[in-house]
Amino acid sequence: MLRMESVVKQYRHRGQVIRALDEVDLSVEKGDFVAVVGPSGSGKSTLLLSLGGMLTPTRGRVHLNGESLYDLAPAARARMRRERIGFVFQTFNLVPYLTALENVQIPLMLARAAEEEQHRTGVSLLEKVGLADRLDHKPAELSVGQQQRVALARMLANDPEIVLADEPTGNLDPDTTIEITEFLVELNSEGKTVVMVTHNQETASRAKRMLWLVDGKVYSEKPRKETRPLSRR
Amino acid sequence: MNLGKLVWREFSERKNQLVTGFLAVLLGITVIVSIKNITFYSEKAVARELDALGANILILPKSASLQDYYSADLQDEEFPEEYVTRLTLSDLQGLDNLSPRLSLPVELGGGSYVLTGILPKNEFQAKAAWLGAGIFARPQGCGDVGIPAEEAAAVTPPVTTPEGCGPDGTPAEGTGAGAGGAQAQETLVRRTVIDTLDSTEALAGAEVAAALGLKQGSTVDLLGQTFTVSAVLPQTGTVDDGRIFAHLHTVQRLAGKGSVIQAIEVVGCCNQISQGLVQKINRLLPEAKVVTITQIVDTQIKTNRMMSRLSLIFLGIIVLVGGASIANYMFANVFERRREIGTLMALGANSSFVLRAFLAKALMLGLAGGLAGYVLGTILSVTLGPRIAGVPVFPRLVLLGWAVLISVTLSLAASYFPARRASRLDPFTTLQEM
Repeated sequence: MLRMESVVKQYRHRGQVIRALDEVDLSVEKGDFVAVVGPSGSGKSTLLLSLGGMLTPTRGRVHLNGESLYDLAPAARARMRRERIGFVFQTFNLVPYLTALENVQIPLMLARAAEEEQHRTGVSLLEKVGLADRLDHKPAELSVGQQQRVALARMLANDPEIVLADEPTGNLDPDTTIEITEFLVELNSEGKTVVMVTHNQETASRAKRMLWLVDGKVYSEKPRKETRPLSRR
Repeated sequence: MNLGKLVWREFSERKNQLVTGFLAVLLGITVIVSIKNITFYSEKAVARELDALGANILILPKSASLQDYYSADLQDEEFPEEYVTRLTLSDLQGLDNLSPRLSLPVELGGGSYVLTGILPKNEFQAKAAWLGAGIFARPQGCGDVGIPAEEAAAVTPPVTTPEGCGPDGTPAEGTGAGAGGAQAQETLVRRTVIDTLDSTEALAGAEVAAALGLKQGSTVDLLGQTFTVSAVLPQTGTVDDGRIFAHLHTVQRLAGKGSVIQAIEVVGCCNQISQGLVQKINRLLPEAKVVTITQIVDTQIKTNRMMSRLSLIFLGIIVLVGGASIANYMFANVFERRREIGTLMALGANSSFVLRAFLAKALMLGLAGGLAGYVLGTILSVTLGPRIAGVPVFPRLVLLGWAVLISVTLSLAASYFPARRASRLDPFTTLQEM
């Protein structure tokens, strides 16, 4: 369902060319739960955002259900993100001046859902993540774990097929880390495809499949000198 | 949740950051509204003063000298009556009334008086002092200040009227702006007196009538012709009180000089005078001399120009300071909200949504600044207008439209580039750099 073909992503920084993704070939089937592990600066976020239609590769293609994401017009790509992909961020990225309920309503608003439906769905999702009594709280009035749960509820608002989680437990305490990881496992068991990047091997171990990303190359096992990266060739 | 609510929440939650931009717009709009409001009523006040004087432009023969504005037609020089036709057929704006006249000295009852030929309707419409007596309808145009009757009454003191001065012998009443109740009577009087003023009818000035004991229906012999007095005019305090008025063409015949006149009195709109009406008449009638009540008009022109320049200066200030302030705030706001923009894009917002969100915020800022500026500017002008310009000032709703239009246009224009920048932000970069 989600596939990368020879994806290269290069940046130019202070005159130097940095290759964040280097001929990456990756295939994620429907219902899969893939954890991509790698050290800081290995290109994990670049990989995830490229998969989510947020970052145009320098070369190569990213397909979602057979459609080449970056051959779509920007507006169509935005619609694809809105309808099929849910993002979870390490820093939660909640809108600070909106309440928990309003934050969850944002994707529904972007999908032009009626106000009543927005409210009903928002309340239901916040109940699901255990925040029924925090509907009108702003992010600053919530704990870090609660903020991430609001972010998870927001991610689920449009019932996406694919969940892309960028270090979702990176800022959390151990208890909340387990809680959020289990939540992702539960989502996967409900049929959602999950791709999670993390540097936490313990969290990654809860995934069905673990990949390593080192220097822009993806490996199916922890790379040693002789390990060959994943490739179509 | 919708775009408007999203923008409003951000707008209201972070209003402290808006203070500078809002104040710049507010103060600019306040000053512009104040100046415009005071100027409007100042112009109207001068227009009313000019109107109260009756004719404010005189067209005389080229060689005529002007010793006394009200007796300017009492001189030997003449010019063709055809000048009136030229003016009538021209496309000059602001000519409210034309009153050609030809005067002859006459001896009557042992005294010397002046027989003045007029084209009746024009002549009487040009005389505001007589209008006040309830004899004729007031000319419409610059005298019509476009404010409610009760406000006009507050602005213009009622014209006091001598009792029994009306042609039908009834006490007349009314104000400079025309009293509604007396309107029908005035119209009737105009029709019965002026429209039927024929070659043997005359109107006697108050002084002449008193000296000779003339009243309505009296007869008087002038230059060999017998006239019937149709009406005795009320006291005006000018040389007109010593005149007898008859039809212009009758006087021309008695004078034996053909279709000539000595002067054309013109009621010109004050605003049009300040915009060069005199010069335009000069161009149309190069053989004639055109004079106006220059002191009053000059003052008005200077006041208008000063106010106009002030308005432009403040418009410039608001565009520069207000625009720069809003643009600066918006750029800062875009920078501050990079992560939020990136998040919205990750959640499926497209560039158009982001652009609209920032422009909607600019719209709210413009609306708030325009509305508040209008209210404050109106309060200031109503409060300070009488002290600064010596005229009562009232709220004008039309300025609300202008205030909001200027404010919103400025706010949108100043915010466009920051908004466009926000819509073109690379979501990856905004999410990565946090």
